[in-house]
Amino acid sequence: MPLPDEHLIYPHRSYGMDQDRYAWRPVTQRAPIALPGGAAVTAMIVVPIEHHPLNPPGKPFKHPGAMVTPYPDLRHYTTRDYGNRVGVYRILDALKAEGVKATFPINADQLERLKPLVEAILAEGHEIAAYGLSTTHIHWGGLDRETEAAWVAEVRARFDAAGLAPRAWLSPARQQSFATLDLIRAAGFDICLDWEQDEVPVAMKTDAGEVIGLPLSNELDDRALMIDRRQSEDEWAIQVLEAADYLAQDADRFGGRVLGFTLTPYVTGQPFRISALRRLLSGLGEIGVTAMTASGIAR
Amino acid sequence: MQADPNLYDHWPYRDRPKIVWPGDKKLAFWIAPNIEYYEFDPPKNPQRPGWPKPSPDVVGYSQRDWGNRVGHWRLMELLDKYGMRGSISLSVGLLDHHPEIIEACVARNWEFFSHGIYNTRYSYGMDEAQERAVIEDSIRSVEAATGQRIRGYLAPALTHTEKTFDLLAENDFWYTCDLFQDDQPQPVKTRTGKLISMPYSLEVNDVITYGALSMSPWRYADVLKRHFDQLLEEGEKSGTVMCIPLHAYLVSQPHRIRPFEDALRHIAGHDEVWITTAREIAQHYRDHYFDQTVADIAARGLATPGTGFDHAAA
Repeated sequence: MPLPDEHLIYPHRSYGMDQDRYAWRPVTQRAPIALPGGAAVTAMIVVPIEHHPLNPPGKPFKHPGAMVTPYPDLRHYTTRDYGNRVGVYRILDALKAEGVKATFPINADQLERLKPLVEAILAEGHEIAAYGLSTTHIHWGGLDRETEAAWVAEVRARFDAAGLAPRAWLSPARQQSFATLDLIRAAGFDICLDWEQDEVPVAMKTDAGEVIGLPLSNELDDRALMIDRRQSEDEWAIQVLEAADYLAQDADRFGGRVLGFTLTPYVTGQPFRISALRRLLSGLGEIGVTAMTASGIAR
Repeated sequence: MQADPNLYDHWPYRDRPKIVWPGDKKLAFWIAPNIEYYEFDPPKNPQRPGWPKPSPDVVGYSQRDWGNRVGHWRLMELLDKYGMRGSISLSVGLLDHHPEIIEACVARNWEFFSHGIYNTRYSYGMDEAQERAVIEDSIRSVEAATGQRIRGYLAPALTHTEKTFDLLAENDFWYTCDLFQDDQPQPVKTRTGKLISMPYSLEVNDVITYGALSMSPWRYADVLKRHFDQLLEEGEKSGTVMCIPLHAYLVSQPHRIRPFEDALRHIAGHDEVWITTAREIAQHYRDHYFDQTVADIAARGLATPGTGFDHAAA
C-alpha cells in the first residue's frame, strides 16, 4: 500500500511562503530600518516566569522544565520554583545595576501567587507579557478553536483582574495552533514572541488585525544551552555577546536589528551563574547595544 | 494528585528579615557526604527499577562499592585536612554492612541523618505505615549504633509520598533536605512539629554536576567557588546556606579529588563562613528565626491555609 496521492500533490508550490501570515522578504530586499532609540542592535531580554505543577498531563507533550520522576516529583517542582522566588530576584538586581529593561512573560495562573514579583517587575520599569494560562495549557494544532479561544479569553480576564494590560504574548512552550495568532489578536495582544523569522520586527496578518512578531532566539535559549547542551555560563554569555557584536558591525548595510534572548530564572538565576549575566549585561553596554522591552521595540 | 504541594508558602527572596549566623557569620556552610548502600539484587519497585540496567548491574554496583572501600576514606582525609565535619546522608542499612565507616565518622563527631535504608528502596507506593516504619527504623538503628538521635532526612533516591513530611515532623525531625526552593531555610507546613527545609544545593550536587551537566573536575571546582562567592556576598544582607552534597564514588575518583580540594581551600580561606553541620544550622534557625519567618510571611499576606498536600486543612 503506497502513500495516499496527497503526498505527491503540492498545492502551495509557488513563489513565496506556503502560509499567508506574512510575505517572503529576503534580507537583501529589505530597506534598513531604524529602531526606536536609533541603536544598531537592540537587545530584547525575555525573562519567562513559569510554574511547573506536580501533576502535568504531558499532553500533547511535556513543557520544557516539566516534572520528570514519578509523582510527587518534589525535586523538579522545587528546583523550578526556586527560580520564581530566589533566582528571578538576582536577575532583577543584575538588570537594575545596568539600568536595563526587560520583558517578563508570566503564566496567567501565577499572577495571584506571585503578586510580590509582579509588583517588583513593574516597580523597576520592566514590561509584563502574557505567557498563556499555565504550562499545562499548551496551544497546538489538535486543540479545537473554541477551547483555545476560551483559554485566551481567560488569560486576558486574569490579567484584567490583576490590573494589567499586556500587549505582548508568549505561548507556553512557544507552541501554537494554526489559530493562535488570530485568537490572541482578537483578545488584544498585538505583539508575539513565538516566531523568529527575521532579525527585525515582522508584521503578521490575522483575521483580527496585525500582530508584530519580535524575534526571540531559540539557538541562544539559556535553558537549552546550559541545561540541555550542558554549556557553561561563560560559554553561553560569550555567544550572546558575539551575536550582538556581529550584528553591530554590519549595521550600515542592514540597519537596526533586534537580538532577543531569554534569561530563565531557575537556570541563569543560580548563584554560580549570575556573575556571567552581570558580565554579559555590562558587555552589551560596552559595545553600544541598548535594551528595550517588547512594546518599546514594536512601538 | 495535587498541582501544588503546599509544603511551603511563596516567600520572595528580597527584603526578608535578617538572619545572622553564630559568630556574626554570613554564610552557613555544610558538607553532605552521601554514604550509600545500593543492593546487588534489590526488589523491583513497580514505578522504578533499582538499577537502570537489569540486575546485577556489576559496573554500577562495584563503582559504588569502590566509593565505600576506597573513596570514602580519601574524602574523609581531605575533610580532616580542612577541619570540616561531614553531615552524612546515610543509607541506614550501611550500619550493618560497613561498621568501620560508621566508627570512623563517630570518632570525628560527624553528624548522621537518614537517607532511607538502601538507596535501591524507593518510597513510591508505600502506605503511611510502611513509610513510618522506614523512619522509625532509621531513628532506632542510628541511635543504637552511634548514640545519635537523627534530626534530618533526605528521602532515598529523592523519592517521596504525600505523607513524608508529616511523618518526619511527627517524629521530631528538625530538617528535611528534600526541598530545593531556596538558599535559606524555611518552615515546612506540616500538621504537627517544627520542621524546616534545609538548603541542600542540588544544583551543585556532584551527581548533577559530573553526571547530568557533564562537568570536568576543574569546571566543578570553578562552579563551587562561584556559588560560594555569590551566596557569601548575599549573606551580608541576610545569612545564606550553602551545602555541597557529595558521593565518594564520584568526587573521590583520582582524576577529581585534587581539583575538588581547590574549592574547599577557597571556602576554608574565608572567615565570614560558619563551617558547620546541618543539625547545628537547623537548631540555630529553629531557635532564632523560625517564628520570625512565619511572622514575615503572614505580614506580607503570603500565608496560605492548610498543610502539605492538604490545602483544606485550615
